[in-house]
Amino acid sequence: VKLVIGIVRPEKANDVLEALYRAEVRGFSISRVQGHGGELDRVETYRGTTVKMGLSEKVRFEVAVSDPFVQPTIDALCEGGRTGEVGDGKIMVLPLERVVRIRTGETDDLAVTPVAA
Amino acid sequence: MIGALNLLAAGKVDTGDTAWMLAATALVLMMTPALGLFYAGLVRSKNTLNTFMMCIAAIAVAGVMWAFVGYSLAFDGSGDLIGGLHNTFLQGVNFAPRDGTTIPHLVFMAFQATFCIITVALVSGAVVERMRFGAFLVFAALWSVLVYAVLAHWAFGGGWLISGGTLDFAGGVPVEMGSGFSALAAALVVGARKDYGRQALLPHNAVYVLLGAGLLWFGWFGFNGGSGFSTGNPSVLAFTNTLLTPACTLIVWFALDLIRGRQVTAIGAATAIIVGCVGITPAGGFISPGWAMLLGALAALPSYAVIVLRPRTRVDETLDVLAAHGIAGFTGILFIGLFAQNSWNGVSDGLLYGNAAQLGHQALAALAAPVYAFGMTFLLLKAIGLVMPLRATEREEALGMDVVAHGEEAYATGEGAILIAPDADGEVEVPVANPV
Repeated sequence: VKLVIGIVRPEKANDVLEALYRAEVRGFSISRVQGHGGELDRVETYRGTTVKMGLSEKVRFEVAVSDPFVQPTIDALCEGGRTGEVGDGKIMVLPLERVVRIRTGETDDLAVTPVAA
Repeated sequence: MIGALNLLAAGKVDTGDTAWMLAATALVLMMTPALGLFYAGLVRSKNTLNTFMMCIAAIAVAGVMWAFVGYSLAFDGSGDLIGGLHNTFLQGVNFAPRDGTTIPHLVFMAFQATFCIITVALVSGAVVERMRFGAFLVFAALWSVLVYAVLAHWAFGGGWLISGGTLDFAGGVPVEMGSGFSALAAALVVGARKDYGRQALLPHNAVYVLLGAGLLWFGWFGFNGGSGFSTGNPSVLAFTNTLLTPACTLIVWFALDLIRGRQVTAIGAATAIIVGCVGITPAGGFISPGWAMLLGALAALPSYAVIVLRPRTRVDETLDVLAAHGIAGFTGILFIGLFAQNSWNGVSDGLLYGNAAQLGHQALAALAAPVYAFGMTFLLLKAIGLVMPLRATEREEALGMDVVAHGEEAYATGEGAILIAPDADGEVEVPVANPV
């Protein structure tokens, strides 16, 4: 079981969601984050105050998946999130010690496998 | 409006009338920032400022163009198609009463300027979230003269509609149908947003929308109540109808929402307020309060239908200016032809009171205004498009027009912002958390 973290542009979040659904990845959470990843800073001016905005809005996907789903999840994040410009984001894959589904107490692979509808 | 002009003895400024018209002018000017708030709430958060700024820009650009040429073309003389040039750059516009009114010519000009301004701002609703700001400024300047001033002349300034007998109290022709059908043309020429029809593009702040609608309604008392240019009966009637009509529209809108979705929506309510105010705009001083309430109820139906159907098309007329203004204005203009009542307005009866000809006059306006507004706006934007790009690139659209066009964000947090301090030796960068 792995945790796939994908940090993408907010305007690509919908495309990533679509790609994840297509890859049959159905369990994840997302959050709005701010980050810096080497893209050019935007300069903004508020009255006399000029500032360089060092942080950009991003959306962070956290997807816990069983091993066979790791590559499809990465592919979906890349396909949905890519524009080709600096600032498209990162994907990080982490090992997971344990996953528990609260409702049933199932662990690991069973816990990250969606319930058949 | 013609009634108000005929009833009043010309030649002398009346202090009471002038006092009311000064206040009414300020009320109508406030409608434009109120519209900015209404529109800003309806777009995505990354386009909040740009959307609001289009309305602010309308005050700047249309206000100046109005003083330069627009006012003269709309209100100088009684040419059939267009006014004269005697009042360009406000020549001859001074403290003497405007012909046919008891208010100074300057106040009359200022009051009419606020109408031109809000109409330009209304059209922006069709092109928000993707039109370039610079191109919009050029469009606003030319549109205020080529479309608004011409339609205002037809309906208010002595042109062929008003002299032919069309009744339009406060602007069903130039303001409502003028903006609504121009908005349709603008949406077609500028094209849909890149995500339109692919993603759900939701209003980002429904409270702005309700507050904006509320302030618009408040301002509309000056808009309709001032269009008699006096404190006389037509103004009083229009003022009161401005209270009653939107209230009825709200109730019918609630019912339609309940039937369609089993819930009464807040953004629907805000829309209903606008539709009701628009519906009574042309008819305000011509129909009885009872008929005005019926108008409010009926005006909801076609506008609601267009709002439901339009998003199913490929036309990204983003903020539904056509439904709220064009269609409701059309309804109001026709309604006069049916229910105008001489005993209330002192000018003319409608079909129901035995004067079928009035319905003909109204139908003519309801045909001519949309055709001219749509056609002229279409050509104007095509022409501007030959000289400069009308819309932002896909990348800019994705980033949001606030950062792209204005270098500001509506909801900047300041986290991670580096202060750039001007210094004798050039620019020194200081972290915001640790200012000098």
